[in-house]
Amino acid sequence: MNYFVGIDVGASTTKAVIIDEKKEIFGYSVVNSGADFKAAAEEAFKKSRESAKRKASNKYSVLATGYGRRNVSFANQTKTEISCHAQGSFFHFPHAHTLIDIGGQDSKIIKVNDSGKRIGFKMNRKCAAGTGAFLEEIANRLRVKIGELNELAKKAERNIQIGSYCTVFTATELLTKIREGIDVKELIKGIFDSVVKRALEMDPLDGNIVMTGGVVAYNPFLVKMFEEKLDREIFVPPLPQLTGAIGAALYASEAKGDQNA
Amino acid sequence: MSEEKKVAIKKIQATGLMRKLMADYFYELDKASKEGSPKVAWCTSVGPAELLLSLGFLVYYPENHGAMLGATRAANNYIPVANAIGYSPDICSYLTSDVGAFIKKETPLSLAYKGIEGVPKPDVLVYNTNQCRDVQEWFSWYSKELKVPAMGISTYRNIGKIENYHLESIVSQMKDMIPALEEISGQKFDIDKLRHFLSLSYECTQLWKKILETNTAAPAPMSFFDATIHMGPAVVLRGNPQAVGYYKVLLKELEDRVANKEGAVEGERFRLYWEGMPIWGKLRALAEFFISLKTAVIASTYCNSWVFESFDPEDPFMSMARAYTEIFIVRDENFKEKYIEKVVNKYKLDGILFHDAKTCPNNSNNRYGMPERLEKKLNIPALTINGDLNDMRCYSEEQAKTNIEAFIEQLEAR
Repeated sequence: MNYFVGIDVGASTTKAVIIDEKKEIFGYSVVNSGADFKAAAEEAFKKSRESAKRKASNKYSVLATGYGRRNVSFANQTKTEISCHAQGSFFHFPHAHTLIDIGGQDSKIIKVNDSGKRIGFKMNRKCAAGTGAFLEEIANRLRVKIGELNELAKKAERNIQIGSYCTVFTATELLTKIREGIDVKELIKGIFDSVVKRALEMDPLDGNIVMTGGVVAYNPFLVKMFEEKLDREIFVPPLPQLTGAIGAALYASEAKGDQNA
Repeated sequence: MSEEKKVAIKKIQATGLMRKLMADYFYELDKASKEGSPKVAWCTSVGPAELLLSLGFLVYYPENHGAMLGATRAANNYIPVANAIGYSPDICSYLTSDVGAFIKKETPLSLAYKGIEGVPKPDVLVYNTNQCRDVQEWFSWYSKELKVPAMGISTYRNIGKIENYHLESIVSQMKDMIPALEEISGQKFDIDKLRHFLSLSYECTQLWKKILETNTAAPAPMSFFDATIHMGPAVVLRGNPQAVGYYKVLLKELEDRVANKEGAVEGERFRLYWEGMPIWGKLRALAEFFISLKTAVIASTYCNSWVFESFDPEDPFMSMARAYTEIFIVRDENFKEKYIEKVVNKYKLDGILFHDAKTCPNNSNNRYGMPERLEKKLNIPALTINGDLNDMRCYSEEQAKTNIEAFIEQLEAR
């Protein structure tokens, strides 16, 4: 049996997905990327094999994507995360759509047509506003665990507006709000709203919308806020954080190139 | 597969000759600066250089020095120095790096040319705001610092159709400068000398245009990254017979490449337009990256900006005014779009790269919806890269490369 592996070495986390020839997902894993992308990729691959209950001695075709794609020494080929996300998204939603991927370090808006071809993409500017790094920074400042953001935002009773788009300015703006006695739940909902606004600045977001990425995976309430703002249903794949890795595995299966033992 | 492939940029044989020309040019300026004769005029890149040459000045171009600071990756040593005296990091990074280097008494000229200790001392500073207002501020700083007169031409901007009143204004501003320039140079204005330099500039421009047009061939013989280096003589030596001689040699080499189907990029798969300023500190890295992607960046607004087709020795002032006005940067969005459309069709391009240079708004044409409009109109994709001409703090290499690679993957899948 041939297996196809997609490894997405992102700025925050490294994801690995194993599929077979029938494109069935057997195993996957998510590990921290840390400061050693090569080691992170190896660990993610190992854990995904364990989750798939597949031995290292099987035949694997590996395609690496993400910021650290060139550090994956055991990959047979590489492709950008933009192509891989489009591929992974179309796998779940095989119709024309616009994908919003909110990752650790960047946000992407990718457009695919009815046949799954990518027809355009945009990435956020160098600024990290509206990305996972932005949420991490703010959570840290508010002394809230990153995993608690979603539940806290959900419980907010009113909306507050954050005007700045620079992460540093936002933190300063939050100080003003804290001084005014605004509850942390509302501050966090305001921060989520800021993430929504950053995406709306990138593209008109017409048609069907799919959302993916780690931020979406851990903060489903953010998707709800997008739905309210855009006044339509937003599609989210079952494993939103793994979309790029799934796309990479699908590309690996198409290439059927060299295999690593 | 996972390692970035190492590639080699094909050498243009004429490069040695160009280096010699440039060295001669800077040594001549250095000598004049040290001896006080002939007089030295600093001029903006599309300023009235021909007029200055006709009055006996040697002409030095600070923008070229700015580009050298960028290309040698020294700019970021100097930009903060200018920032610290109140020149914002958001304004032209040619200005800030050049002024910063001057304050620190350093120049890449000393590293490149033994015996040159500094930039040539100006006797006059002459600008044309057709590029931007920053050039005026730039010269104004030097004027105060060195107590040297600054004068120049203020032009209309965002022009669609060029009207006579646009040109008449420039003609009268040029003529108004003559008495002061005569006094500084000690030479009387002679219209026949002006005609002579205009003829040489015109010849240089025509050759440079032909050189750029060799890239209509597939594969294209010269990359945009090569062209930004080889345009040096067209920028600093226009009006000089050596520039004409050099471009005849370069043209022949490129025509030979075309005849032999020898491209700048081995296995050329895609052909792209570069709109905006070069990212000087990353020229080589980008050139190699595009070679590894088998993609040729072969047409640009930037390199075409030194083609002055209107120069006419029969009508010197009016034709100079027209030449300085009809360049891309002075024109409105509608003109710019049609211009790019023509080039895309002529060079059979597959996509357009827009460089959004943080400190150069006038050369960042992605900011008013142009990429989106051109994508629709021309049915080819466009990509915007965030960066800067000189300030590498504004450039994320990883992000730029990922964007470019993804863009090429998109072209592959078309």
